[in-house]
Amino acid sequence: MSAAAPGTSKTGHSDVVQKKKKGPGALATAYLVIYNVVMTAGWLVIAVGLVRAYLARGSYHGLYYSIEKPLKFFQTGALLEILHCAVGIVPSSVVLTGFQVMSRVFLTWAVTHSVREVQSEDSVLLFVTAWTVTEIIRYSFYTFSLLNHLPYLIKWARYTFFFALYPMGVTGELLTIYAALPFVQKTGLYSITLPNKYNFSFDYYTFLILTMISYIPLFPQLYFHMIRQRKKVLGHVDDYSKVE
Amino acid sequence: MDVLALEAKSVNGSDAEKKSAPRPKPKPPKKAKRIVYFEVEIVDLKTKEKLLLLDKVEPTATVLDIKALFQKSYPKWYPARQSLRLDPKAKCLRDEEVLQTLPVGTTAHFYFSDLGPQLTWGTVFLSECVGPLIIYLMFYFRLPFIYSPKYDFTSSKHWVVHLACMCHSFHYIKRVLETLFVHRISHGTMPLRNIFKNCGYYWATAAWMAYYINHPLYTTAYYGQQQVNTGLYIFLFCQVGNFSIHVALRNLKLPGSKSKRIPYPTKNPFTWIFWLVSCPNYTYELGSWIGFTVMTQCVPVAFFTLVAFIQMTVWAKGKHRSYLKEFRDYPTLRSSILPFIL
Repeated sequence: MSAAAPGTSKTGHSDVVQKKKKGPGALATAYLVIYNVVMTAGWLVIAVGLVRAYLARGSYHGLYYSIEKPLKFFQTGALLEILHCAVGIVPSSVVLTGFQVMSRVFLTWAVTHSVREVQSEDSVLLFVTAWTVTEIIRYSFYTFSLLNHLPYLIKWARYTFFFALYPMGVTGELLTIYAALPFVQKTGLYSITLPNKYNFSFDYYTFLILTMISYIPLFPQLYFHMIRQRKKVLGHVDDYSKVE
Repeated sequence: MDVLALEAKSVNGSDAEKKSAPRPKPKPPKKAKRIVYFEVEIVDLKTKEKLLLLDKVEPTATVLDIKALFQKSYPKWYPARQSLRLDPKAKCLRDEEVLQTLPVGTTAHFYFSDLGPQLTWGTVFLSECVGPLIIYLMFYFRLPFIYSPKYDFTSSKHWVVHLACMCHSFHYIKRVLETLFVHRISHGTMPLRNIFKNCGYYWATAAWMAYYINHPLYTTAYYGQQQVNTGLYIFLFCQVGNFSIHVALRNLKLPGSKSKRIPYPTKNPFTWIFWLVSCPNYTYELGSWIGFTVMTQCVPVAFFTLVAFIQMTVWAKGKHRSYLKEFRDYPTLRSSILPFIL
């Protein structure tokens, strides 16, 4: 499964909106604006929560607990985006959006929430920070695009910050999954062994390892797709640099 | 008249003849009728490079004839992998289309694209079926490296496991025989890539199911022999039904004729489901797999049945829609796959 199809990654939304003149109707646009504003606000709450907790405690450690609830709420809320694609008010691929949202939801619930012991890991802070910054920029980008008043700064930020945020997020995610492995193996979390009346078995430990391995082909594809999108959207930046 | 006048008269006469010759309304001639030959130019779809120019093409030539002529210049592009279009954005032309019925002048321009290596549907069907047959048996006989070494080449103590192997094998042997002797496949070919996709899926799910059913730690049905028997009867009933439908559909297609006909129930009671359903072959296939699921009580089998149901429903709806489009008097009571429901 690759996200390399043009105009269908998280970032693809904007350029597809620009290309297709017929977009969502007025009611759908209003709803989407509200949705994106709410999501922007939600992730701002998480950002503020992180900063406040850091200032209060004086250390990076264990900040997850201070933003656990809004993180779960707003990250899970992103599932609506799959619905938006399925219904057609957002011109992105259902499969691709589904894949991206589900991977986030998987990490939030099936790893971080489910394996208590990893919640105090610093790797959690790493990916939460990456997600927070990315989502604030992304949702404000969508909001302004829908209102046809997109400040260049936001467009630039969206297609530039990912250079650092993406590897940062991936590192945090992988380290967190890796940290969860021994606990999953010890407790047999979400695993079912034979014999049982369903004649079915599932080893969550192996599944997590396979998930980590899947990052190897997937991450470069998504990363280079973003770089290609950047050239397309911010194209004139190249021309600038040519003028010596 | 003198010779000069005679000559002038004959020249004028022949001119008049020449003028009337290209017009497709010849006077009743004694010789062969005057045919207006077409010129065909074939251009590459992407590069717009001129690939071939054919002159003196019979107006009654079909697209397939043109493809055969094209292959003479480009031997590796056999007709099945050629796609010819009248316009870059138009759909591919069917092989049966006749040149003179196409909306072209006397010079036809075709856009060519290569569909890639093709396989006949028959080839694909066979590989899709032989794979699961063999793979399941590998698990049934517990070949090495699948289960713990102490179980190699052992046999299950549960009767239902042997029964399941018989049913699964019977199902795929039946499919192979039907592909060879019963089905009249109207589609020509499909791209090579598809065989990897299709076979990959069928072979992988066969292995997944077979692994659990033939596992040394397999658990038999919760409701015991009753449940197994129920599953078996459903399976057998639907297998016979499925076969009956395939035979009925085969008899529908007269060899050589391209005309489509509405399938109707025959004397065979298993075909009476045609009153209610357009694609009872899929209905019976679904029933077979439900029977197999009940018999083996195995989640991977249930999963496979579910996916098969979704895929066959998509196919059935498509077929149902094309029936409705083709026949104005199509029976209104029929649903696509599940009576009254879907």
